[in-house]
Amino acid sequence: MRYVTRKVVLFVLTFWAALTLNFALPRLMPGSPLDAALGNLQANGVQVTNAMRDAMAAQLGGAEGNWLSQYFSYLGNTLRLNFGTSFSFPTQTVSHTILQALPWTVCLVGVTTIIAFVLGTLLGVYAGWRRGTAADSTVTLGATLFSAFPPFWFGMLLLYVFAFKFQIFASQGGYSPGLTPNLSLSFLSDAVQHSILPAVTLTVTSLSGWVFGMRNNMINTLGEDYVTFAEANGLRSRTIALLYAARNAMLPNITAFGLSLGAVVGGSVLVEGIFGYPGLGNLLYIAVLNHDYPLMQALFLVITVSMLVTIFVVDLLYVRFDPRVRREVIA
Amino acid sequence: MSITATATPPPADGTAAVTGGPSRLPDGLTPILFLGRALRTLWSNGKARIGLVLLVFFVLLAVFAPLIANHSPTSTDFVPYQNPNAENWLGTTGAGNDVFSQMVYGARVSLLVGLSAGILATLVAVTLGLISGYRPGPTDEVIGFITNLALVIPGLPLMIILAAYLPSRSVWTIVLVVAFTSWATGARVIRSQAVTLRTRDFVTSAAFSGERMLRIVFREILPNMTSLVAASFFSAATAAVMAEASLEFLGLGNPETVSWGTILHFAQQQNALLTGQWVLVFAPGLAIALLAVSFTLINFGVDALSNPRLREKTS
Repeated sequence: MRYVTRKVVLFVLTFWAALTLNFALPRLMPGSPLDAALGNLQANGVQVTNAMRDAMAAQLGGAEGNWLSQYFSYLGNTLRLNFGTSFSFPTQTVSHTILQALPWTVCLVGVTTIIAFVLGTLLGVYAGWRRGTAADSTVTLGATLFSAFPPFWFGMLLLYVFAFKFQIFASQGGYSPGLTPNLSLSFLSDAVQHSILPAVTLTVTSLSGWVFGMRNNMINTLGEDYVTFAEANGLRSRTIALLYAARNAMLPNITAFGLSLGAVVGGSVLVEGIFGYPGLGNLLYIAVLNHDYPLMQALFLVITVSMLVTIFVVDLLYVRFDPRVRREVIA
Repeated sequence: MSITATATPPPADGTAAVTGGPSRLPDGLTPILFLGRALRTLWSNGKARIGLVLLVFFVLLAVFAPLIANHSPTSTDFVPYQNPNAENWLGTTGAGNDVFSQMVYGARVSLLVGLSAGILATLVAVTLGLISGYRPGPTDEVIGFITNLALVIPGLPLMIILAAYLPSRSVWTIVLVVAFTSWATGARVIRSQAVTLRTRDFVTSAAFSGERMLRIVFREILPNMTSLVAASFFSAATAAVMAEASLEFLGLGNPETVSWGTILHFAQQQNALLTGQWVLVFAPGLAIALLAVSFTLINFGVDALSNPRLREKTS
């Protein structure tokens, strides 16, 4: 139980630190982000009203009151999910904009992360088991190359080949223009069709971490005494690889799973932007292009918090996979 | 995210991570000799050899850019939107720049950002990792908490926010932003190694003879984990090259800089893919990927140094 208690305390502390960081970042920057933002807006031909100025001041610093009172009103607003109004989408609140985009990213990133995890882990097990063979070299070098592709660049190449040259897939958006999002079969198939290119991009470019991690873990585990013992007992090599080595080699990868979700959300910023996919990443992309600081700030918070929650859940689940964690803490 | 084996902690007995031999360098051994020995060991690893060749290629490209490029990278004298031809080997941009010359000069920026952000991030990682591993208790807890925080906050969004707020737009801004966001993985790996070395006899004897903590940490413990430091450097450098390209692609860099990222940025702005100028997109991305590949391949060799089980049997 102490493992869980410790994780809960750490989670709460990290959560608070992330909130505070989000508050402090614009205020610690040299110069005045508020003036910079307002200047950028005016340069882009946006009429800055007093209400907008006040709303931005509340988020970026420079508002009435001292830091402490600003901090507490920020915490209060954040806990009530009140992030003000963005400039990119003036007719709705920031939380509304984010809530609309959230399911898209959760589906896209969730599915691609799971596919990449399963595929990469299997490839890694195979490469580690068959190390030194041509198959191992192919998998390792291939994964090295794919991991080095900037995800947004790979997406652009796919766009060029499959959307412009051969027009097999749609180039932009999460669904065909004119449709309203709903749960009907025709809409869902349209959405899946639109998500294939971004999904392939994210899967391919995030695969390698699993391959390398799993390959190295496999090699380490295959060198353990209990594996040698199993070999001496005459067990089939495949049985040893899958039932003896792979199960234990997977443990570090499970911890990494939580972390990688965040990396994929991060990597999906530009990929969603390239494909105009209606998720959180695309919102951040738009926010950066429009110098929409309130939206940026809220998105950063949402992305960070969802990451924290995921890691927390994975940490708790880890106890189920690795009984040693429970015992170590008791001892 | 670290791409290589750094996620795997080295064997608990610690001996495996020692690059070999005594904990302190013999007095006559200069750093240059040491570097030479390290390079020779790396060279014996097939993957690392390819990586080193690639890296040397890019370094030569960057150093001799004025001799290799046949035009000025900033000159806008050419007919815009040209496809590759005899004069402009990779075509021209919408502003009339020669893309080949921009590619050659772009190697300078990517190498500069990759290497300097890698060095900065590694310095932070080594300092925090060593101290936190050597000082259990409150110091370790606090540094560990900060490291975990830096690890779980999504890197690219944080970089984007930082770069969007910073008023000055130079290559060094990007170096700082990248270094600030990519030290955590290395710090964690180095910490766990420092923990296993802390109770060794040579460290204890140094502590009993009254050495200060910083001296023990940097002179006694650090030389035993050269390969881990190198691994965290190459991971950070890879991340830096990718991050620089992403930030500049978003337009968060200095648009005056000639770099692979800005070539991609302007290619996207001028809809190069729609107009069929795919070379404008393909070339800089491939260069970024190859530089990242070279760092990753070298890291394979470094990993094999720190973990004998990963060594290639044929060598």
